[in-house]
Amino acid sequence: MDYSGSILQTDVMTSLDVEKIRADFPILSQKVHGKDLAFLDNAASSQKPQQVLDATNNYYKTQHANIHRGVYHLSQVATFAYENSRKKIQKFINAASEKEIIFVRGTTEGINLVASSYGKDNVKAGDEIIITHMEHHSNIVPWQMLCKEKDAKLQVVPINDDGEMIFEELEKLISEKTKLIALAHISNSLGTINPVKDVIELAHQHNIPVLLDGAQAVPHEKVDVQELDCDFYTFSSHKVYGPTGIGVLYGKEELLEKMGPYQGGGDMIKSVTFEKTTYNDLPHKFEAGTPDIAGVVGLAVAIDYVESIGYDNIFQHEQELLKCGTEALSQIDGLKIIGTAKNKASVISFDMDGIHPHDIGQFLDNDGIAVRTGHHCTQPVMDRFNVPATTRASFSFYNTKEEIDRLVAGLIKVKEVFS
Amino acid sequence: MMDDLQELYQEVILDHNKSPRNYEVLANHNHFAEGDNPLCGDHIDVYLKVEGNTIKDIAFQGKGCAISKASASLMTSELKGRSLTETKELFEKFHKMVTSEIDETPDMDGLGKLAVLSGVKVFPLRIKCASLAWHTMNAALENNKELISTED
Repeated sequence: MDYSGSILQTDVMTSLDVEKIRADFPILSQKVHGKDLAFLDNAASSQKPQQVLDATNNYYKTQHANIHRGVYHLSQVATFAYENSRKKIQKFINAASEKEIIFVRGTTEGINLVASSYGKDNVKAGDEIIITHMEHHSNIVPWQMLCKEKDAKLQVVPINDDGEMIFEELEKLISEKTKLIALAHISNSLGTINPVKDVIELAHQHNIPVLLDGAQAVPHEKVDVQELDCDFYTFSSHKVYGPTGIGVLYGKEELLEKMGPYQGGGDMIKSVTFEKTTYNDLPHKFEAGTPDIAGVVGLAVAIDYVESIGYDNIFQHEQELLKCGTEALSQIDGLKIIGTAKNKASVISFDMDGIHPHDIGQFLDNDGIAVRTGHHCTQPVMDRFNVPATTRASFSFYNTKEEIDRLVAGLIKVKEVFS
Repeated sequence: MMDDLQELYQEVILDHNKSPRNYEVLANHNHFAEGDNPLCGDHIDVYLKVEGNTIKDIAFQGKGCAISKASASLMTSELKGRSLTETKELFEKFHKMVTSEIDETPDMDGLGKLAVLSGVKVFPLRIKCASLAWHTMNAALENNKELISTED
């Protein structure tokens, strides 16, 4: 196949200086199997800029002590760094109060916290929780566990052939038994951007709270929790260029106030006797034990970094890559893109007939190209599209058109080997 | 590196992937097991017809990557007509070959065509792909009714 003269030859017209940005990410300049690394697995986890590496390193070098405890200088410095990061994150997602920002290990823990603490007091036998067919396992299993424990029922909104949720089906599923709706803001395996504002509006007409799994959304678009009016929102640091092992759960203060704690331990208490414990105020009530302080500090710097590039620029560049990638991959015979929603993030999942994604991934790896192969923790999505697995390329603001060219060339080579 | 990749995807493997041998549901089988590799989404059904101490016939069906499919195909070709004792020995030898240390030269005597799969040991994530059919075959012989998983 000859790609000269194809859309790939035209420059991506964005205001981003991608080369300058790439220079901030030391890992991107390395060679893999003798080839330049083309990192196209950003939906799984994104790479870290030097600014984040420096911030966590500097924290341990000059600021570390346990927080909320010591009267000494370092403990106060560390506490300030931690709590100041919370304020930054509050502003970042426009939460009404810093009490609404709870640090967790990641999106998975955020969802588990709500399923456990909110579910304990608000879900009883015969009640229902609604999710969609495109959820990540982390937004399925905690609800399944809750439903099993409470003898409640999990209802699933179906998706259409483009990988979009069928809104009318959600309307039909809502009833007085519905206690919560939990859905992905953006799907990790299909790239679909869900109409979350419409879902929330509909849910609130029935007084049903909504949890958004924002793991795939925060890296790509500006999130304003008050504008969305969502009740819970959770995301992971490592997908938004921050350290691994830390994430954020946002919850409306009035809901969090009423919820019981998630884990017991230090820092989540006001006073403890063997007879009785008084729990701490928000947000500390949900943060038992010494948290990942360096992770929180790194996340705040990652957010600064993303904001310095600007979401408008990020969106424009990534959408251009998505368009280029979609057009280029569509020209490969036998390649079928899974997930063709009208509103999509820069994620392309595909099936290349007869060739297993693991074989594709192995050959691409040899060319230095990192893509995700497998079920992407969304087995129900794979079943829906009748494939055991897909190959997925997901783009960040630091990816280039040239990397998409290499992906296409690599795929054509794979086809030749397996034809 | 390309050499490692070429070693992994040898012509024999590509051929068995494209035209798998003994790819059918075996009528009159008296042993059967299912195997899963949840990380890859691979699934395999293995059928055996055992008479006395001999594998009279063996077949498989399933979906999976080239390595898992070729390994299953090669396995069925090698095991047809073998005694159960020989089968057990081959299984152990095969297992040693794919899990041996990279700098170790495993004893491949008697492995015949199965030796083409020795390349997987350089790719740790693919060892399970090559082994799935064998573990499933073993479970079928032991009449293990539970789904075999590479993750158990």
